[in-house]
Amino acid sequence: MVLTGDGPLLVEGPVELTLDDGTVVTSDRFTVAICTCRRSRTYPWCDTSHRRRSRS
Amino acid sequence: MTSVLGTTAPKTLSAPLPGGRGEISAGLLDALRAPAGRAVPGPALAAHADPLGDDLQLALYLCYELHYRGFTGVDASWEWDPELLRLRAALERRFLDALREGTAGHPDLEAVLDAILVEPVAGTGVSYHLRDRGTLAQMREYAAHRSLYHLKEADPHAWVIPRLRGRAKAAFVAVEYDEFGGGHAERVHAELFAALMRDLGLDPSYGRYADAASAEMLVTVNLMSLFGLHRSLRGALVGHFAAVETTSSPGSRRLAAAMRRLEAGPAAEHFYAEHVTADAVHEQVVRRDVIGGLLADEPSLARDIAFGVAATGWVEDRFGVQLMSAWETGRSSLRVRLDPPVAGG
Repeated sequence: MVLTGDGPLLVEGPVELTLDDGTVVTSDRFTVAICTCRRSRTYPWCDTSHRRRSRS
Repeated sequence: MTSVLGTTAPKTLSAPLPGGRGEISAGLLDALRAPAGRAVPGPALAAHADPLGDDLQLALYLCYELHYRGFTGVDASWEWDPELLRLRAALERRFLDALREGTAGHPDLEAVLDAILVEPVAGTGVSYHLRDRGTLAQMREYAAHRSLYHLKEADPHAWVIPRLRGRAKAAFVAVEYDEFGGGHAERVHAELFAALMRDLGLDPSYGRYADAASAEMLVTVNLMSLFGLHRSLRGALVGHFAAVETTSSPGSRRLAAAMRRLEAGPAAEHFYAEHVTADAVHEQVVRRDVIGGLLADEPSLARDIAFGVAATGWVEDRFGVQLMSAWETGRSSLRVRLDPPVAGG
């Protein structure tokens, strides 16, 4: 597994994940990016919501 | 009757020949209708054409398509015809010069990669417009344009594989495997896009909208073929791949929202929703292992990788401006009017 620091946790797939409400979700991608910033709208999968935002 | 060869009549895999857009493309089309070896337009013609204009870009597109699926009724031997390749080289020189000029003074690799990792709070451009106010007609135009790439999604990048090794190669091929459906034919991204087109009442036949696509769209597709087919541009191809995978996830989220708002259909929404999570993974893999691995092998390619990133942003911006300027003045962004939607097949 790789912790990216500012972004998701990268785990080799397939992955079966139990969420805090007991729901089980799966992904069979070769690598799975698990959200660690809690901002993803496709939680628990990363959707790049962790990225820095600029006003420019 | 059922057999291992499949149960449905095969659809034609090749594309129909489009119409010409000027002296070079029309001359090339005339040649392609004859057996390979027929005279093609001379490379000197390339000197007088707009390097980013309809004629030169269509001619280049025709040359490149011979390497993909070819054209119905066109002699397959044209792919390696020396005179055609001589013309192609002249067109490519003009194109590459224009790309270098358009991206002159681009910053170094770290800076160009950083720049595409920042999400503007109030962004503008095609995906924002389609999400917030675009019409279904504009979404159909967008899909028709993009079909020139998405119906062969990730194919142009496959050319670079033999030029990579070790870490870069393993990571690159893993991403491509995902693009090609991870072993599931129904998940191949090009097939997902064909399903999106059916939801929008468009014809998903390969090459169907080549006549409709703008020069700016042809430039975005030709860029990938140019980078993919030249080993000398392998760094630029990897930069292009990184740029696309990095900018795709947030853009796809906006386009998925646009499809939802327009009630375009489940397949139309799914294509972009799949790209939100897929490309969030791909971005990490490409930046860490493909670029990291390639630079470990060939540190001197950093400049080329940065050029690939910058060129991708530049051609995509030009395409976006072309679409928005058409739509802001109430015009179609396509060269050919679309047929009204056919019932989803």
